Amino acid sequence: MNSRTFAAFVGPSVFMMLLFIAFPLISVFTQSFYVTQPVYETVEVETCTPGFLSQTCEIQRKSIPKLDEDGSVIQETRFVGLDSYRNVLEPERAWKAISSLDWGAFQAIDFWKALRFTLTFTLFTLPLVLGLGLTIALVLNNTAKMLRGPVIFVTLLPFIITPVIGALSINWLFRGDGILTALIENLLNRDIALFAQAWTLEILMMGYRVWHVAPFAAIVFYAGLQTVNSDALESALIDGASRWQRLRYVVIPHLMPLIVFVSMIHLMDSYRVFEEVVGFSSQGHVISLQWLTYDFLVPDQAGNRSISRASASAMLTMIGISLLLVPLLRRTWRDHKGGH
Amino acid sequence: MKLKTIFLAGALSLASTSVWAACAFENDVPVKSLTAGFEAWKAATDAMAECGNFQASLDQEFKEKQPEAFAANPALYQIGGVANETMIPLLNAGTIRPLDDLVEKYGQNLTPNQLIAVDGKIMAIAMMVNAQHLMYREDILADLGIEEPKTYADVLAAAEKIKAAGVVEYPLGGTFATGWNLAQEFVNMYLGEGGNFVDDDNMPTINTPEGVRSLETLKAMTAYMDPEYLVSDSTYVQQQFQQGKIAMANLWASRAAAMEDPAESQVVGKVKMASAPMGSAAPATSLWWDGIVLAKHMTDEQADAAFRVALEGLDSEMVQANNDAAVWLIPGYDVGPLAAGAAASAENGARPYPASTALGILHSEIGNGLAAYLTGAKDAETTLADIEANYLVSAKEAGLID
Repeated sequence: MNSRTFAAFVGPSVFMMLLFIAFPLISVFTQSFYVTQPVYETVEVETCTPGFLSQTCEIQRKSIPKLDEDGSVIQETRFVGLDSYRNVLEPERAWKAISSLDWGAFQAIDFWKALRFTLTFTLFTLPLVLGLGLTIALVLNNTAKMLRGPVIFVTLLPFIITPVIGALSINWLFRGDGILTALIENLLNRDIALFAQAWTLEILMMGYRVWHVAPFAAIVFYAGLQTVNSDALESALIDGASRWQRLRYVVIPHLMPLIVFVSMIHLMDSYRVFEEVVGFSSQGHVISLQWLTYDFLVPDQAGNRSISRASASAMLTMIGISLLLVPLLRRTWRDHKGGH
Repeated sequence: MKLKTIFLAGALSLASTSVWAACAFENDVPVKSLTAGFEAWKAATDAMAECGNFQASLDQEFKEKQPEAFAANPALYQIGGVANETMIPLLNAGTIRPLDDLVEKYGQNLTPNQLIAVDGKIMAIAMMVNAQHLMYREDILADLGIEEPKTYADVLAAAEKIKAAGVVEYPLGGTFATGWNLAQEFVNMYLGEGGNFVDDDNMPTINTPEGVRSLETLKAMTAYMDPEYLVSDSTYVQQQFQQGKIAMANLWASRAAAMEDPAESQVVGKVKMASAPMGSAAPATSLWWDGIVLAKHMTDEQADAAFRVALEGLDSEMVQANNDAAVWLIPGYDVGPLAAGAAASAENGARPYPASTALGILHSEIGNGLAAYLTGAKDAETTLADIEANYLVSAKEAGLID
């Protein structure tokens, strides 16, 4: 292929990637170093609000933004360097807590609290998703041909449900005297409140995530199982390998690239855990990094948002994901080079 | 065949919107509104729709859309529904219109109490007030020989007795859901203790003995509540009441009617509305109003039509048809037993919610920071100090302080 044809084929997708991936990233990156804010002035204002029968009028000193002659708010943008990152990370406070070995004080800082949960969530769900996915795939592979279609459809159902909706349904099953909580209470004969402390909520959230994504892992592994070399399996059988040995020494090595692939996708997805926090309204006990970014972005009732800190927090999330992916990427890179 | 059905349906819906039976005039200028979605707004916008050419958006997330929609020129909505705090961003951005001329022209039926004035100019027309006040199960308290609680000490003592008697699952309910609701509980308590949130330079002033007292009262209440209180919002508390699971709660006046709804409630006629319990200075509650504003970016002709349509929605006829949907400020409202709690709170000197840009930020920070105290992760002073520190960071980023 000559370079012109190559450019004509690749050009559109490069353009799209620049437009939809690179530019937004650069814009967020830049915004994390700047702060845009209105210019306030303090004035005395008399405000009258209704009481039940008569009005109350008060004179208050209020800060209100200055308007220019077109009637729009005067905004100024300042370069603040790493200030927004400092405000998110609170390094001095974190360091003080670490050096005095005070876990409670360390976890009192939003970012580190969110990071603790995000990492726990990511690292606990990963082996469970892989294990459950592989189990389902093996079960599927051993199901009678006739039943396989319907069974695959049913296993895929959790994956089809919109995450927030799924989380909300689980929430309603367990919240207060939800059906399932009532059932457990009946079995154990004691009062149970799953939404009253952090650890039960965390288990619910992780359980939900595993339930939700295991079908994806299963379907990928099931596809991989179709290409296992049957000669190798047969010779293993003749050599007297047990079921477990065949799985351990023939099937799993064959699936390894897929396991790495699923792990990568899962790490990227679960590091951005968000739907669970919203769906289970867990923010009183547990927050995640992605939720923190969202919380900075949501305006309060008076309309203020923290765009700069949201940008900084988003960049930090991206850095976190990249760091998590390094070992897996290195492995893929090694395999790739070894393969040539 | 199918096409015909669609045409028929279209014709029918046209016909239904062109019935101007209850409206005093025929509106020929297209008018749109963006308001919150609760019952009172539904009643008001339904009445506005009777004038024709009117389209209502009832949206619980209206506060996120309104500032942008009103900043557009021409504005995307002519009428906006706001409350104390949600009017601030519109006022700050200068995107709402003073209403003095229109009030003079058409507002003969408005009471002075309805006119929200800022700096001498009428900026909004209030239609209702709302406040959290005490609701309690009259039957249970009477059975146990408990007087109507007047202070939080009374409330806690009553809760202890109810708990000992074991007549309900949890003696108390509370809108303690992390975020806005929980912060509102603190705001109520702190106002009741006579506290002020920020000083003249927008510096926070909540880390005070009054602040600590407010936190301690909140925590003492949680001992008598459903342990999942951090996810319990107004609707959840309302349902707990309706299902007979709680005996007392400081709940919004706008939820009172739900207690008397036989389709949902098992406690019809048993819930009494009373003043919010007193703090050391005032009732532990804050008065809110809801009302309408008009966008600045529209023609005078549109503003004229929008104002007339809005007034049709806020007239006595609407109030008489929906008397119990809210504590209306509109003439024609029959003050019934459901409004007794809000009225008693106002009489005892409840303070209005002191809406400002600074309190907007502080309210969010309180909402995020308070749970740590209730779960026992931090003590009261640390919690308040941390909230103040977070407020300073946010206020600095917003440009409110240097």
